[in-house]
Amino acid sequence: MNKALKGMVHKYDRDNIDTDVIIPGPYLKIHDHKELAMHAMEGIDPKFPEKVSQGDFLVTGKNFGCGSSREHAPIALSQTGIKAVLSPSFARIFYRNAVDGGYLLPIEIDESTVKKISDKDELEINIAQDRITNITKNEQYPMKPFPELIAKIIEAGGLINYKPA
Amino acid sequence: MTITEKILSRAAGKQRLSPGDVVFAKVDKVMMHDVSGPGVIKVFSEWEKKGIKLDHIWNPDRVWVTEDHFVPAADRVSAENIITLSNFTKKYGINKHFKYGLGQYGICHTLSHEEAMVLPGEVYVGGDSHTNTTGAIGAFAAGLGHTDVAYVLMNGQIWFRVPETMLFKIEGNKPAHIMAKDIILQIIGDIGTDGANYRAMQFAGSVVKRLTMEERLTLTNMTTEAGAKNGIVEPDETTHAYLRERTDAKYSPVNGDPDAHYSEVFTYEIERLEPTVAMPFSPGNISAARDLQGTELDKAYIGSCTGAKLEDLREAAKILKGKKVRIRTEVLPAAQSIYMKAMREGLISIFMEAGAVVGPPTCGACCGAHMGVLGKGEVCISTTNRNFPGRMGHIESKTFLASPMVVAASAVTGKITDPRDVKN
Repeated sequence: MNKALKGMVHKYDRDNIDTDVIIPGPYLKIHDHKELAMHAMEGIDPKFPEKVSQGDFLVTGKNFGCGSSREHAPIALSQTGIKAVLSPSFARIFYRNAVDGGYLLPIEIDESTVKKISDKDELEINIAQDRITNITKNEQYPMKPFPELIAKIIEAGGLINYKPA
Repeated sequence: MTITEKILSRAAGKQRLSPGDVVFAKVDKVMMHDVSGPGVIKVFSEWEKKGIKLDHIWNPDRVWVTEDHFVPAADRVSAENIITLSNFTKKYGINKHFKYGLGQYGICHTLSHEEAMVLPGEVYVGGDSHTNTTGAIGAFAAGLGHTDVAYVLMNGQIWFRVPETMLFKIEGNKPAHIMAKDIILQIIGDIGTDGANYRAMQFAGSVVKRLTMEERLTLTNMTTEAGAKNGIVEPDETTHAYLRERTDAKYSPVNGDPDAHYSEVFTYEIERLEPTVAMPFSPGNISAARDLQGTELDKAYIGSCTGAKLEDLREAAKILKGKKVRIRTEVLPAAQSIYMKAMREGLISIFMEAGAVVGPPTCGACCGAHMGVLGKGEVCISTTNRNFPGRMGHIESKTFLASPMVVAASAVTGKITDPRDVKN
């Protein structure tokens, strides 16, 4: 995974965005990644897939990805082009799926940082330095460092490529 | 150490673990169904493209599979997923595959205990978020995604961060109109839908001691709705008696130490607990049923892993006996075995004479997939566990979550109703 990521923000400023709105239940039978991407965030913004460009970021309120264990959720988001989700907290299975599948980065930021970032801002995220630069606003924000094992799995590009010591 | 810490220590081959430690732990049992299974198979095919050899899996005897989400096959895609799943279990020699229309089958979190697929002290993972349910048997049970389940199928182990344990002591005398569902809805309302994120929720106290196994399973099932990694109840004579009726397998149960450290301890006195309802669009958005009295409904749903176990059906039937439902009412027992027990006890006749439709075990309507989805603007009261926007159908439909007693009482009046307010 490239350590410096650059992209535009898509901000949905609400807490508890659940997996049923990220990828609604009827699509669980679908396992084609590109087809899933067409329905990403359908329960919150049906136009979402058209708005996203490769490398963009999602910024949301806390407890992102709560609900089901469906790996369809990070798959659908990553297939639209989303490279990282920035939120004060994540539901645990969404977090694991995002990291272990190597789909996207779940980045924990302070609630105050969420407030400072606006929709369509251009960000640069440097995970080697745990630093987020808001290019549009010329601001810098901290991010919570990844725990050691998580950082290694991210570095490896997913759990399958990681070799436990 | 708490029971959760002790089970994980044993599985990780460590003397002692503390919350926050990240370890690879050996898995005893792993489950997948007709949604996560094809997802896992897709991961396998991606790995094979990378040149990873997958001609056998770690241990086919520790893997079990059920068909529950889109069955009976909702459409052609669902039917093909079932074929894919069957080919996979055949290829890898997984014999415990519960198929619909071939004897016992049902919702995974019901079969896990009904068929004693998981035993006390074990580490159990499944490709479904409500895998937490099975912690009521005294196991460490947690949900995983497709990649993680695929990894377990290959390696028989997976990483975990050892969770802090929140202890919920439920005390007092449980009133007759209160079910475990009311207790867990109250707890989620109090701590919030992220109130237990990454943590274990353990249930204890005099009420839990007296709860049946099925009622304990309702508590652990909905720990997922508070964000918990796992829900757990220490095994006791109730657990062992329940398992003796279902298996002669030997197991080595684990209990917490007397000096175990809990990150938080909550005590609930439940004498005055009210029948509780979670309003749209969150399981944490609770109200007393009586405060919602008169809310008009279109449908009552008695189904799912959390709300269609045998005792759930018995409680609903007590209320529906000799009455007629005023709104569309659907009853779907959680497993074939429970359906048959309910039939022998006369519960199915009670539901049908009341006017309800009784369907086969499926997760279908609970996740808005098929067989009873809600239309635009429809309002449902349901024994299920989630009421997010669009969860049970149209994005503009609404779901209220409640105990089987409250749902049955509401079916009789067509409005949200406290079971105490239904006249016999």
